[in-house]
Amino acid sequence: MPKTLHNRLRAFWLRALALALGGSLWLPVLAWAQEDSQPFFLVERHNILVILVVFGALFLFCISQASKGKRYFIRKIAGLEAVEEAVGRSTEMGKAVLYVPGIDDVNNIQTIYSMIILSHVAKMVARYETPLIVPICRPFVVPLAEETVKQSYLDAGSPDAYNVNDIRYLSEEQFAFTAGVDGIMLREKPAANLYLGSFFAESLILAETGFQTGAIQIAGTANVHQLPFFVVACDYTLMGEEFFAASAYLSDEPKLIGTLKGTDYMKVVLIAVLLVGIALETMGYSGLTNWMEQR
Amino acid sequence: MLKREVPLLITILVGWFMVIEYFFPGAEKWSSELQNWAIIMTALASVLGVANVARINMLKISRKQKDWGYSVVLMAGMILMVVLGTLFPMIKSIFGIESSWTLAGMELSGVTSGTWFTQFYDSMFVPMQGTMFALLAFYIASAAFRSFRIRSVDATLLAVAAIIVMIGRVPIGDVMWSGMSGLSDWIMNVPNLAAKRAILIGAALGAISTGLKVIMGIERNFLGGD
Repeated sequence: MPKTLHNRLRAFWLRALALALGGSLWLPVLAWAQEDSQPFFLVERHNILVILVVFGALFLFCISQASKGKRYFIRKIAGLEAVEEAVGRSTEMGKAVLYVPGIDDVNNIQTIYSMIILSHVAKMVARYETPLIVPICRPFVVPLAEETVKQSYLDAGSPDAYNVNDIRYLSEEQFAFTAGVDGIMLREKPAANLYLGSFFAESLILAETGFQTGAIQIAGTANVHQLPFFVVACDYTLMGEEFFAASAYLSDEPKLIGTLKGTDYMKVVLIAVLLVGIALETMGYSGLTNWMEQR
Repeated sequence: MLKREVPLLITILVGWFMVIEYFFPGAEKWSSELQNWAIIMTALASVLGVANVARINMLKISRKQKDWGYSVVLMAGMILMVVLGTLFPMIKSIFGIESSWTLAGMELSGVTSGTWFTQFYDSMFVPMQGTMFALLAFYIASAAFRSFRIRSVDATLLAVAAIIVMIGRVPIGDVMWSGMSGLSDWIMNVPNLAAKRAILIGAALGAISTGLKVIMGIERNFLGGD
């Protein structure tokens, strides 16, 4: 069987399986597990289900359009454009790239997403043969980061360049980890610092130390309270949704770009709902507001 | 097959289950069980962290690499705390030793108050942690100094807004002008909150879309190569 056909069949099989399992298969199991005292379906949460279904439909529509060959436009994101520049600068200076995937555990979607971006960065680093340092705050993230980086080096055709000791678990304690990362910055002086993930009070301590070492700094987080700190201390900052756009942007894969468009269309829907809601509230009708409330 | 498709299948199954569980209360007991598994696995993962720290630092010490002295301090601290907090209580439990092991009037075994473990933690780790946090005050000052330098229209707006908010938040603000705290609150509650919510909505949609990509099997980079 030709390889492309095999890949297509495999992709189709996986998607079909995902969607089939994605709902209907669980229903009889749930019916069996239900106790008499409980309702089968929480009707009061139907609003969230409706929003999820609309989002899912927009998502699938954009993916199918992208699969058919439609090229969606995405604007330039300076922070993501700068990733390659930062890796290139480190290569020229013969110094390492520091990648901090946040301080949260794998149950945070930002940490998972940071691993996805790490795979892209590790591929770039492997191509340029630049050292990569990944300090980790949560033990559970260690094997995930190790596998991600290892596989990326393999994909880039430089498996021998992978050094398992570059993935460094420091501490689970927030400021002990911060002190450890600061120590790496001051002793090893990486030329590029990437802070991509979930950060809290340590964000400014890390970014300011990095600034003092003269490294080019790119940060990205969905933790809104930490964004101002990154904005003032880093060269580029990916704000909220820009952070979640990184994988599609860096891979340039049509299906992933399709998902970005799906998210954009959902934003348009939400803006429309907001405007209608404002108009209704102004006229004294609270039906839509009440319907949107989480229960 | 085993390396990519099986983890992907587990991700899809568990991911969808956790979504569905939100709407169907029958699945609550299973979802809490799954979450308990996650907690147990996370706790077990500490071993991976300790192994990583030991491997990297022992290598550094054995090869006498640059700054290897710090690794000696780190390893000594880690071993000491493991011995006091885990090994000694384990030995006492296995051999049924009831008597206390004391040094300088303090219990050597265990992690409760009055033990050497707690003494080390409270008198060394906590102050060092506090010191790191305190650095934030100085870093906020240096970052604010840089960002408030007026070099463009945007920077001017930022500086003016920041000065109003800062003055409005201290008593002298209202002494200078009675409407200062009101203006400060308006900046925080209207333009600032609007921008913050816009970022928050975007980030939430991004998080949902990432979740959907993962549980639909579209995003597979976290599983390794193509």
